Amino acid sequence: MMERDTFLGYRRQNGAVASRNYVVIIPIDDLSNAAVEGVARIVPGALPLPHPYGRLQFGDDLDLHFRTLIGTGSNPNVAAAVVIGIEPNWTNRVVEGISATGKPVAGFSIEGHGDTETVARAAATARQFLQDASELAKQRLPIADAVVSIKCGESDTTSGLASNPAVGVAVDWLIDRNATVIFGETSEITGAEHMIAARCVNEEVRDAYLAFHEGYQHFIKSTGFDLLGSQPTQGNIAGGLTTIEEKALGNIQKTGRRPVVDALAPAVAPSKKGLNFMDSSSAAAEFITLMGAAGSVFHFFTTGQGNIVGNPIVPVLKTTANPHTRESMAEHIDVDLTGLLTLEMSLEQAGQALLAQMFRTLDGRLTAAEVLGHREFVLTRLYRSA
Amino acid sequence: MAHGFLVHGAEDHVGVAVRDLRARERVSGVFLTSGKAIEISTIEEIPLGHKVAIMDIEAGEGLRKYGEVIGTATQPIETGAHVHVHNVKSVRWGSV
Repeated sequence: MMERDTFLGYRRQNGAVASRNYVVIIPIDDLSNAAVEGVARIVPGALPLPHPYGRLQFGDDLDLHFRTLIGTGSNPNVAAAVVIGIEPNWTNRVVEGISATGKPVAGFSIEGHGDTETVARAAATARQFLQDASELAKQRLPIADAVVSIKCGESDTTSGLASNPAVGVAVDWLIDRNATVIFGETSEITGAEHMIAARCVNEEVRDAYLAFHEGYQHFIKSTGFDLLGSQPTQGNIAGGLTTIEEKALGNIQKTGRRPVVDALAPAVAPSKKGLNFMDSSSAAAEFITLMGAAGSVFHFFTTGQGNIVGNPIVPVLKTTANPHTRESMAEHIDVDLTGLLTLEMSLEQAGQALLAQMFRTLDGRLTAAEVLGHREFVLTRLYRSA
Repeated sequence: MAHGFLVHGAEDHVGVAVRDLRARERVSGVFLTSGKAIEISTIEEIPLGHKVAIMDIEAGEGLRKYGEVIGTATQPIETGAHVHVHNVKSVRWGSV
């Protein structure tokens, strides 16, 4: 049984705990990517987060854009943030959002200055932020204060059989230590939504969860298409998964057995400890980007056929129980759970192995995805721009 | 390892191959819930991770795995057969 319940990390001004210590450079919009990357060339220790969106979005889609950028800058793994946008209003909105955490943040807008001058000014600030961040000391922190997220990708039947229930053991352990865990994947719970609904702590949470589920089903119908050919994915089918129901029942194994305490809109930080559902895409990079925006500082990722996703600010720990994948994609796999298929390893042992590697990662050990440079930062869009 | 497949629930129609199974292979499986063993003969090859029928299933019957219905059999499925998109369709999102 895992006896540790603390890790060595950073505590931020607002009390949130972190496993990493990044200075990020966030563009508000696609036009500002060049300046963001210019700053990163001058200050290579700062982490640029280029993305293709942020112009002429409106309504819920624009709200989600702001929430994701503010949430990313506010993530505890971010020590300080430099924000660059084409114009000052939206830039300031994100700067103000991040500054609510109390961490250092500065904004720069390009109009009236041009790229060259903006890059020079922003680089001077990034340099200062990075030197200050490098001086922050690690301390021993309770796991109870951490936010952790979970997802599976390129799943096959070994996911539902073995690696997902092993994550479920780890999730139950975390919840029992008063930590916060986020799961989601609205589309991939289709066929198992009754089981998640039954675990919601009260009617309010159940209604909120089912509203997200129904909203998604309605959205699919409204497009005039269905998800055949996408769900299950071609990789899922090659791995033996036949229907979305089978995939969903395998998927929810990783949520463990504890109650669902809240149902969150995309990129909303949990306000309750325990197991939180978030309405979210099942696409790996989009999902983990939303988790980062909600404050996750560590992510468990199970794979069957071999998903390789990472995230710029959230360490993504990968595990598989598929022996073919373990062999053919060894450099992507942090924890080997193939012993679950041979029955040489129990689910309890597998859960403990995941927790042990989680603590090492929280302490600072780099994951396979971090070492291999997987920094997928992918914003979720709800609909097309104006 | 002695076993060739694992079964999730006591009432499930299918097991999951944990190695590549040959056609007409006498192979044992283990129920994860009870630890009990079962033996069947495969009709065809079952790749690792794919499902094998551990009992006869009628056309139109709800296919059980995890103790839940994961789809509908589109044709009769014999014990030992490969169970996948060619003989099962989703109840929720139509046939794959």
